[in-house]
Amino acid sequence: MIGRKQQPRIGVFVCHCGVNIGAVVNVPGVVEYARTLPNVAYAEGNLYTCSSEGLSKIKEAIKKYDLTQVVVASCTPRTHEALFRGACEEAGLNKYLFHMANIREQCSWVHAKEPDKATQEAKEIVSMAVAKAALLEPQTEPEIDVQPSALVIGGGIAGISAAVSLGHQGFSVHLVEKKDKLGGKLNDLHNLYPTDRPSSDVVEECIRAVKSDPNIELHTLSTVKNVEGFIGNYKVTLDQDGKEKPLDVGTIIVATGAEVFEPSGMYCYGERQSVITQFELEQLMKEKKLKKPQNVVMIQCVGARENKEGGRNYCSRICCATAVKNALEIKQTYPTAEVSILYRDMQTYGKDFEDYYERARENFVQFIRFDAESPPEVIPRSKGKYTVRVNDILVDETVELDADLVVLSTPLIQTDEAKGLSKLLKVPLGSDGFFFEAHVKLRPVDFATDGVFVCGTAHSPKTIPESIAQAYAAASRAGIPMALRRVHTEAITSVIDEDLCTGCGTCIKLCPYNAIKKDERGIARVNDVLCKGCGLCAASCPEKAISMRHFSDKQVLAEATAALGGS
Amino acid sequence: MPDSVLVIGGGIAGIQASLDLANRGTQVYLVERTPSIGGRMAQLDKTFPTLDCSICILAPKMIECYRHKNIKLLTYSEVSEVSGEAGDFKVKVLQKPRYVTDEKCTGCGTCTEKCPVKAPNEFDMGLGNRKAIYMPFKQAVPLVATIDALNCLYFTKGVCKVCQKVCPSGAIDYEQRPEEVALNVSSIILATGFDPFNPARMKEYGYGRFKNVIHSMEFERLICASGPTGGHLIRPSDGKEPRSIVFVQCVGSRSQRGEYPYCSSVCCVYATKESILVKDHKPDTEVYVMYMDMRAVGKGFQEFVDKAKRQYDVNYIKAHPGGISEDPKTRSLQVYYEDVRACDMKKLDADMVVLCPALVPKEDNKRISEATGVQIDEYGFFKSKNQLTAPVDTVVPGIYICGYCQSPKDIPESVAQASGAAARAAETIACKSKET
Repeated sequence: MIGRKQQPRIGVFVCHCGVNIGAVVNVPGVVEYARTLPNVAYAEGNLYTCSSEGLSKIKEAIKKYDLTQVVVASCTPRTHEALFRGACEEAGLNKYLFHMANIREQCSWVHAKEPDKATQEAKEIVSMAVAKAALLEPQTEPEIDVQPSALVIGGGIAGISAAVSLGHQGFSVHLVEKKDKLGGKLNDLHNLYPTDRPSSDVVEECIRAVKSDPNIELHTLSTVKNVEGFIGNYKVTLDQDGKEKPLDVGTIIVATGAEVFEPSGMYCYGERQSVITQFELEQLMKEKKLKKPQNVVMIQCVGARENKEGGRNYCSRICCATAVKNALEIKQTYPTAEVSILYRDMQTYGKDFEDYYERARENFVQFIRFDAESPPEVIPRSKGKYTVRVNDILVDETVELDADLVVLSTPLIQTDEAKGLSKLLKVPLGSDGFFFEAHVKLRPVDFATDGVFVCGTAHSPKTIPESIAQAYAAASRAGIPMALRRVHTEAITSVIDEDLCTGCGTCIKLCPYNAIKKDERGIARVNDVLCKGCGLCAASCPEKAISMRHFSDKQVLAEATAALGGS
Repeated sequence: MPDSVLVIGGGIAGIQASLDLANRGTQVYLVERTPSIGGRMAQLDKTFPTLDCSICILAPKMIECYRHKNIKLLTYSEVSEVSGEAGDFKVKVLQKPRYVTDEKCTGCGTCTEKCPVKAPNEFDMGLGNRKAIYMPFKQAVPLVATIDALNCLYFTKGVCKVCQKVCPSGAIDYEQRPEEVALNVSSIILATGFDPFNPARMKEYGYGRFKNVIHSMEFERLICASGPTGGHLIRPSDGKEPRSIVFVQCVGSRSQRGEYPYCSSVCCVYATKESILVKDHKPDTEVYVMYMDMRAVGKGFQEFVDKAKRQYDVNYIKAHPGGISEDPKTRSLQVYYEDVRACDMKKLDADMVVLCPALVPKEDNKRISEATGVQIDEYGFFKSKNQLTAPVDTVVPGIYICGYCQSPKDIPESVAQASGAAARAAETIACKSKET
């Protein structure tokens, strides 16, 4: 760390952002005001500070006026901080010596009708930024090496696809499967929609791809027992049939799949043999054990879309197309069988399923629509026969159907192992039980924890091609740090004053990233790579022994003092 | 051996594929037909189910593309020729003239302010105007002006030149000509996105005849703070706030009579989002969604629909309206539909109707298909090599597809598939470099 040497020389750049700020805030007035602030060596206004012209002005001023810190008063750091930090770096200034004041979202946009007050507020925001900037210090981001090897947990279609892609990318892959055979749920499925290709074909193709890739090492009958470390350097312990096996990997992909919900007690399931789940029907058909049925009734959304507190409120996405496929298949094998599908909304979304649904209607599969408020009833009669009573809302009539086979479409649910894995990897599960990604829209396979990714039905119910595409996505995201062989981590981390730390352990318990441990002397120590700079520890330390880099008490207090009109 | 990748289409899918590849050290050429990257997502107000501001979460990625040392943006450009094979494609890209030197333009906007000619703003779906020299939207990347020669007085009548006079950086160049750029790339990723189907074809709904019947992309601009009304939701006919709005699903999609038989996948949930936005703007507005099947199949979507019903009092009606009529005096609308419960025809009065049209692949896919050999299906979607096991591959090795141009999908699915296509392109580079 460089010691404080000279008086700070701060440059302030106030942006008009076209009319966004300039039409409300008196920008020249703010510039004039900035020049009067302590430590400000230079100030100017720009039409667009983020334009290439604005950026070159920052760079020129850094050199010409020997600036030690830079403040840009403009929009939000979320979108523009990296840009301005980059300009500072290009002019030889450490990027942590840059500070941004938001006078658009936090000022001109919200006070568009009060230009005078907005100008006053913009001045105050700039004075706060300058007060903090004067105390900014250069920071270095820790750089860590990344091992070019990955752990893929789960040998279903998602895990296999991710492993094969990573193998092709040239990385070594450890593919871990708890069972003795690859393929996951595909091993239990019969034919796959929408091409009706036998599932066993696809499994065989996958196994061949894994076996023929020298980069992939397969660990069957194995589970993940322990995980330590961080991106680039994970130490993983497998439990292989009772024996421990250590692995060193750089990244981890979670592809543990999902289970099928068992509807015990619903619609006589579990009490009668001929009430089965859609998944069990698949298995019967696969093993050619399905006895010729006369009347098949399928019921959709069994235990899904419940719309109640703590319920399985989600739509399981794949069940409607599965029901259509199996109905068609029964019709094909046993043309005299009657098949009815009782549904709430047919989820035959996308390009191919609608056509499939149409084909089922052409083949005389009967579709009956019911409301969630009045679900069907399954009434047992003699010898494996049932009456299914349902209110058909399209004709507003209660119909009674004979059935000798009742098939319940139940949702995919998270596996039992997921909770343990979520704790081991420090990655969250959502309220639906599925793994919860870093950003629902734009980071669908990332976790907030660097170096760990998710794909397939462990993330949410999805079809095979959707799982494959997502698996490739996880392979792309995991491939980035492995291709670069190194990553930079955040410089904003916590620092512990060893003289003040009493080793009480408060911070260790609070840290959501497991970044703090006690050393041999009983004093807390921060792992800079794991620390995300959230500040929980610093805020809670009873001895005030913890401070945050780039957010020191001194800096924050200076900002607050400026806000209150002091200096 | 080039280890670079060409990405065609600068929407969220193309952006994500480019960033994934560039971030691992691969050189990327990102070709976008319009003056700015951003695509459809840039036009949306909020995104479901989190109600994030769309441009706010997209803009950082757009800027990252612009700043990335491994990404060369070729905006206002089209791919004209492709030859060669995986590992060694030769590509010609035609850069259309902006008549503005992009190195000189600072995006200050002086030219657009002074330009005397107005033309419909494509970014606002034609609801507002832009000038003949324009930047498509405030967060456009690159933030460089473009002259629309079809409307510019200088190009149409040989007069004016105001933009040249006022430009502080001397960036205007009326002499610019189309330029051909030759590229040599290892793989190609197609991410061309979608267009809304023009609902005027379904005459019974009166789109184009009735001013207060609009479609959902128009609605997005109308309710967006950066849109033509500053986010003030008003009727196009009289500028009054609508007291009731009906959203109509499956306009031209799931159609058995010659439009598009497939489901566009996103409309049920975006209509739910748009309903919530209406309620957020003006809680006493009556909002109806008329739907065939409620398809909220993505993560958190069904919960989102439940929330709209419970918390926002959005009315969902199982119906596919047969027609819409207009009161010629008030310009208010009547929506006719069959109430499946009561088994009779009903009428619902509405101040405004929003049609949710089929989302269809780009017309241009046909040309790209001819240039590349990648097949398209009967609707114009690029065909996967295998729809079950090879979703992002095409029959041409080294050419991959992602986003809506492959099949209907939402933003997270597009992002995931784009990363997936990037992985496949990275595999192609790795395999080829192993061979040599």
